[in-house]
Amino acid sequence: MNKRVVITGVGVISPIGIGKEAFWSALMEGRCGVDHISSFDASRFDTRIAAEVRDFDPTDYMDRKEVRRNDRFVHFAVAASRMALEDAGFTITPANAEEVGVIIGSGIGGMRTLEEQHRIFLEKGPDRVSPFFVTMMIVNMAAGQVSIQIGAKGPNSAVVTACATGGHAIGDAFRIIQRGEAIAMLAGGAEAAITPLALAAFCSMKAMSRRNDDPKRAVRPFDRERDGFVMGEGAGVVLLEELEHALRRDAHIYAECIGYGTSADAYHITQPDPEGDGAARAMARALRDARIDPSEVDYINAHGTSTPYNDRLETLAIKRVFGDHAYRLAVSSTKSMTGHLLGAAGGVELIACLLSIEHQRIPPTINYEFPDPECDLDYVPNTPRQARVETAMSNAFGFGGHNAVLVVRRFTG
Amino acid sequence: MASVFERVKNIIVEQLNVDEEEVTPEASFVEDLGADSLDVVELVMALEEEFELEIPDEDAEKIQTVGEAVRYIERHLEMKQGEAEAEEEEETD
Repeated sequence: MNKRVVITGVGVISPIGIGKEAFWSALMEGRCGVDHISSFDASRFDTRIAAEVRDFDPTDYMDRKEVRRNDRFVHFAVAASRMALEDAGFTITPANAEEVGVIIGSGIGGMRTLEEQHRIFLEKGPDRVSPFFVTMMIVNMAAGQVSIQIGAKGPNSAVVTACATGGHAIGDAFRIIQRGEAIAMLAGGAEAAITPLALAAFCSMKAMSRRNDDPKRAVRPFDRERDGFVMGEGAGVVLLEELEHALRRDAHIYAECIGYGTSADAYHITQPDPEGDGAARAMARALRDARIDPSEVDYINAHGTSTPYNDRLETLAIKRVFGDHAYRLAVSSTKSMTGHLLGAAGGVELIACLLSIEHQRIPPTINYEFPDPECDLDYVPNTPRQARVETAMSNAFGFGGHNAVLVVRRFTG
Repeated sequence: MASVFERVKNIIVEQLNVDEEEVTPEASFVEDLGADSLDVVELVMALEEEFELEIPDEDAEKIQTVGEAVRYIERHLEMKQGEAEAEEEEETD
């Protein structure tokens, strides 16, 4: 018999707010975090806008020496993890440490460090490459460093599935608790890849919006005029906890995690399956895993990247899985406000679902102006909506054809 | 120009995140200043940069305290100075 798993803490670092309160009020105001890139001179790039995290001071969460020895994506992971633990009121003690684990991934890892060290290597030679280069760059250091900082000695690993990373990390952690291998898991994703080289590479793929003169309106998921995604950065980490354990300590429960479905498109490195097949199968699997009828889903936080392909095919996939109910449920893309947090997206967006259940309000898809006949669902355009949200689904799809879908339900006993 | 000790101290304070008062000549990098093996490598690199010196690994391994680092650097700066003067003399000859 599987253990039941609930979510008792959330931690979010996003371009529209640090911490759940700031994040939620920005979602409710429909505030957009996209702006002209400030962290480097982007004037030579086709895309010169991004959703950067501003006013983040890593020394609020780690000592200065550790800050120097870690990449920005790890700073985000540690900050979000500390927030999630504190939010849950969960204390790691010698008695429970071995049963508390961490799965935090990143799509890209320490890109900023890689670029800087490569520059030093070329300019000054091999003898000047930092001894911390490897440990700052590798993706698994987010989970490693979080465990070091908080003393979590249980299952620990990292997921790398591009933009599906956060979804897979949380789903895999959910399974670990279901199997009884841990009582609690910090899980999610972290990303800090708004760097010259990464931006150049995404520009070359022609995947990003070029609406440089109107950054606040650049991300327009499901809108006919959408022209690509905009890079974001940050972290989303949740504390998953075995139900009985959470009840014993009288923890606040955001929702129960009830379903997880994954699949591969097995089709193309970047393009989604032309029939939405992989995405549809991941959603269907998550619903089967949750043992609920598709009609029970009230809200889908879509992957909704604002690329021409994704939004059309995700819509198609939702219709394939939900049939007529696809037109009755609410679908929104919070990427319209946060930008695309890549490996952190799945974590941040599950948190949007949890807060949606908590507040019984659905965040909007902003910048929705021109209906696209191929995107004909209810995208909660432009203004948030008060609604009954018992069950929510979070979609995350990644380059490589990875799909991860999570289902959470309001906890009623 | 700040003394060698002052310059070494500034680097240590920055890299190991310790208070200035802790950086005494007797202080051991590992025992007193909390450096691990990677910190020591990074510190040696920073000292090489700051003083334009090459510190071979076998020498670096013998440097355990702040004072030993300062003395090593002073000695090698003098040697460099001496070599430069000798070269200059050769040129003027």
